[in-house]
Amino acid sequence: MSAKQILMGLNGDESVAYATKQVNPDIVAAYPITPQTIIVEKYSEYVADGEVDSEFVAVESEHSALSSCVGASAAGARAFTATAANGLALMWEITFIASGLRLPIVMAIVNRSVGGPINIHNDHSDSMGARDSGWIQIHCENSQEVYDASITAWRMAEHPDVLLPVMVCLDGFTLSHTMENVLTLPDKVVSDFVGEREFITVEGHMGETELRLNPEVPLTFGPVDLQDYYFEHKLHQIEAMKQAFKVIPEIDAEYAKVSGRSYDLLHPYRMEDAEVALLGLGSTMGTVRHTVDQLRDEGVKAGLVKMRVFRPFPSSELVDALKDIPAVGVLDKSLSLGAPGGPLYEETKAALYHLPKKPLIANYIHGLGGRDTGPQLIRGVFESLLEIKDKGEVGDPMNYVGARP
Amino acid sequence: MSTRKPGSKELPIGAVVTKSSMEYETGDWGVEKPQIDLEKCTQCTLCHYFCPEGAITVNDDGYPEVQNNYCKGCGICAEECPVKCIEMVRMK
Ligand code: SF4
Ligand code: SF4
Repeated sequence: MSAKQILMGLNGDESVAYATKQVNPDIVAAYPITPQTIIVEKYSEYVADGEVDSEFVAVESEHSALSSCVGASAAGARAFTATAANGLALMWEITFIASGLRLPIVMAIVNRSVGGPINIHNDHSDSMGARDSGWIQIHCENSQEVYDASITAWRMAEHPDVLLPVMVCLDGFTLSHTMENVLTLPDKVVSDFVGEREFITVEGHMGETELRLNPEVPLTFGPVDLQDYYFEHKLHQIEAMKQAFKVIPEIDAEYAKVSGRSYDLLHPYRMEDAEVALLGLGSTMGTVRHTVDQLRDEGVKAGLVKMRVFRPFPSSELVDALKDIPAVGVLDKSLSLGAPGGPLYEETKAALYHLPKKPLIANYIHGLGGRDTGPQLIRGVFESLLEIKDKGEVGDPMNYVGARP
Repeated sequence: MSTRKPGSKELPIGAVVTKSSMEYETGDWGVEKPQIDLEKCTQCTLCHYFCPEGAITVNDDGYPEVQNNYCKGCGICAEECPVKCIEMVRMK
């Protein structure tokens, strides 16, 4: 039976801060950066008001923020941080270390374009730039999803078969600064759900011990790891990502029992008989859903697939969702300059490559630097997909939605 | 080094070190080894303190002894010895 919930008015950043307050991690080390700032402000208030036990580390840079989390997490603490855009870029070195040392840190990414030219608004160039660093990535459509993911992320990260850090991604301003109704669980339900951090045992140089720094049974984390071992440790991370496919749905199912809200790797919508469909991440998918409903009312067989978990990339679920759709559009909110297309488009195409009969597929880059992508633009994208379907060919797959040519 | 190394499934998660640094002998890294002329040595023990590897121990008689299986041949001891009684000798 799901718990009694309290309806709150929270923006995306406050949802992160509130959920994290309920999780009450041992340390929060963060450096404020627009549009993540509210998270740091709110959490500092919680600390100052004695509402949490967390140690707040006011670091001098994002590199230090994540480094502090690495140290704390290796020592067995629950460590949280949050950043955006160039802040994540400054953390880049440490993102690989956090994952490589298998530290279950949770980090909110309030997606913002990476300058230059300098821009404080939303796109996915920051988290997409970190997509190869070995972090799980959850992309949220609204503040409710942000709240829920900020709780479940800990269990995913800390699961003994996973032990990978998690990025909870929310669109800057669109979500971070927009107040929404958010159903929140009682503190006790959240703390029971996240429980205590679990530790696996490993055979270190002083014998078997829990995988954390402990002066009684010392371990060395992060040694030099050369030609003869580094590759095997990468195999460990590959296996952990595979395990995450299994673990994430299990934890989501458990959370659904207490919250009444169920989540999946992918969320298809009105896809059963769809002839044209859009695949994408984050808040844009709310606008797409609105447009799909309108088009359906007009008799157009439109659908959408929202990808909630981008890392690990749910290829087989994606193939199942898209294989029979005549024309698919992929919405990317970032560029991979010089590449054949946006990152989501490229990976989707790769996932579909082995199918004997594949959908026609085109890429729609949108929303860069916070460019508004309203229902009219999404309607235009569907019209372009209907044209592709009727013609039976894609032509130039690259489209820049809402940009002045 | 022809001994079989463990596969990924045998290695601990987290790339933690599986053996003590005592077992990790770095003595074959260098090309030179220090040779101490104990006749001239004043037992000041500076070489012991300066060696970055802790590869110079001091014996019961107060004289330095180089642990060749850990000495990397950096030459710091020879540089720092106040009476210049350490000579770096190229290994065969
Ligand atoms: S050569 Fe370097 S490593 Fe070797 S004993 Fe001298 S100081 Fe130590
Ligand atoms: S530094 Fe030179 S004099 Fe001093 S103990 Fe070492 S070898 Fe002897």
